[in-house]
Amino acid sequence: MSEVPLLAVDDLAVEFRTRSGTVRALERVGFALARGETLGIVGESGSGKSVTAFAIMGILDAAARVTAGSIVFGGLDLLTASERTLQEMRGRELAMIFQNPRAALNPIRPIGRQIEDILIRHANVLPAQARIRAIEKLAAVNIADPERRARAYPFELSGGMCQRVMIAMALACSPALLVADEPTTGLDVTTQAVIMDLVADLARREGMASLLITHDLGLAMDYCDSIAVMHAGHIVEVAPAAELFRAPRHPYTQKLIAATPRPAARLGDLAAIPGGLPDLRRDDLPPCRYSARCERRGEMCDETLPMIEIAAGHRVACQYPQ
Amino acid sequence: MTQSLRHIRYVLAANPVTGIAFALFLLLLLLALFGPTLAPYDPLTSDTASALQAPSSRHWFGTDQLGRDILSRIMVATRLDLGIAGASVVLAFAIGALAGTAAGFFGGWTDRIVGRSVDTIMAFPLFVLAMGIVAALGNTIVNIVYATAIINLPIYARVARSEANIRREAGYIEAARLSGNGEARILLAYVVPNILPIMMVQISLTLGYAILNAAGLSFIGLGVRPPTPEWGIMVAEGASFIISGEWWCAFFPGIALMLAVFCFNLLGDGLRDIVDPRMRT
Repeated sequence: MSEVPLLAVDDLAVEFRTRSGTVRALERVGFALARGETLGIVGESGSGKSVTAFAIMGILDAAARVTAGSIVFGGLDLLTASERTLQEMRGRELAMIFQNPRAALNPIRPIGRQIEDILIRHANVLPAQARIRAIEKLAAVNIADPERRARAYPFELSGGMCQRVMIAMALACSPALLVADEPTTGLDVTTQAVIMDLVADLARREGMASLLITHDLGLAMDYCDSIAVMHAGHIVEVAPAAELFRAPRHPYTQKLIAATPRPAARLGDLAAIPGGLPDLRRDDLPPCRYSARCERRGEMCDETLPMIEIAAGHRVACQYPQ
Repeated sequence: MTQSLRHIRYVLAANPVTGIAFALFLLLLLLALFGPTLAPYDPLTSDTASALQAPSSRHWFGTDQLGRDILSRIMVATRLDLGIAGASVVLAFAIGALAGTAAGFFGGWTDRIVGRSVDTIMAFPLFVLAMGIVAALGNTIVNIVYATAIINLPIYARVARSEANIRREAGYIEAARLSGNGEARILLAYVVPNILPIMMVQISLTLGYAILNAAGLSFIGLGVRPPTPEWGIMVAEGASFIISGEWWCAFFPGIALMLAVFCFNLLGDGLRDIVDPRMRT
């Protein structure tokens, strides 16, 4: 990529120290995200998607340690930046929404006031004007009757409505990057589409880059420019969305796509991926963490794990890409 | 403002017992504020000619061994008893709740220090500890307040600790962190307001307990000294006359104590309903 990316994650490794051993949750994770672009990170539970998001936001658990790599956002290395700088960045430049929006809203404060708090804190909005601006933000996420809703408490709103409020809060200060961690999990399918359209629309209008973390390949396909597939803490394949679906090269990606439900497919036709994630506490993890589940496994797999650039923007971590 | 008034009215209507508790509380408050002006007799002037008279139309609650009007003494004592209880609860709440919330929220060393300090206090029989504190520091009202605050402190610290600990991992705390709030701000602006409804119940319960404790200290001769009117002393002084049939000396101050404790115990749930917005539906 010739232009300087907005976000560049390079060679990131994260470990969790637990009583039963060290979990190597992320290893050699790298991707770049340009201004206004949407990158999807997909993978099964425990593949390290959320840990990647937390690492970018700088809110990893106390037991986690970043052992290698860098996360450069707009020229600033987030891993070495002071907590004070990070606090300034969060909410203003970097924003995040996650699943279970109801739990993410302060239960004892009206939602309008919660948006006002952010505006006053980060957007230099005067307290006198904050109310009007907060109502505008609620209207921008298509909440009907925003004046009345601004006085509502989170428990008075539906799940989809709470997610809209959370999006309004996240986007209140027009951040450069939005990290969306499973934003539509737990919402019904129609609401899901409405919420995703809303995020995509706002992102386009504001020129905001977004990182969509999901286990739903179909969703990523519809809303992302490119997609990174994660497995057991590794990125196994990165490609532009259309190309990934047309010509997946990693065996895991191929299996994932075959396992994605389509309207035409019958339930019996859906493929399942055999095996599970390897125990990341093991000291003798093979270079390729998919090898134990892989049909294409060869002797090279126990040697090294190369990252092969197959085409522009299409990289795959496999000795035998097809 | 009108909205919260309407809400208070709603809470009272939904639970009549809360209404009774609030009425009692208002009565106590009124007596505490205006007791000395409303009292029909001077609580300190003795009149040996009319000592130990049974309740009558002149002395509703009778007179004590020095001929002082018991009703007047009970009314005047309200301010002192509520004052001691209120001050000690405010003190215990401010220190205990803050320390407990910090312990639960930050964990680690803060938790260990607060936890062990609280355990140390809890290791003593609490009333005996209060007696010891007052005996050691001297027999003044301020020391009774300190002693009562210290023995109530562990309850606040523990409740606040466990409530803060539950909320440490809550989504909205994480979200607050993600929108650029520092830890101290999260503690004060997010965690403390969220556990306030629960603490409200605790405040009310310990108020009752604090009144009993203050009266108890006076009853055994530590604390407020005669001739100051105080419910505990009045019960103590009146107790010796029960055998000879002058039951009213101990009975009426005892009733006042009981009603005050009863009122604060009932008040707790009502207060929580008012403070907690989730009850507003």
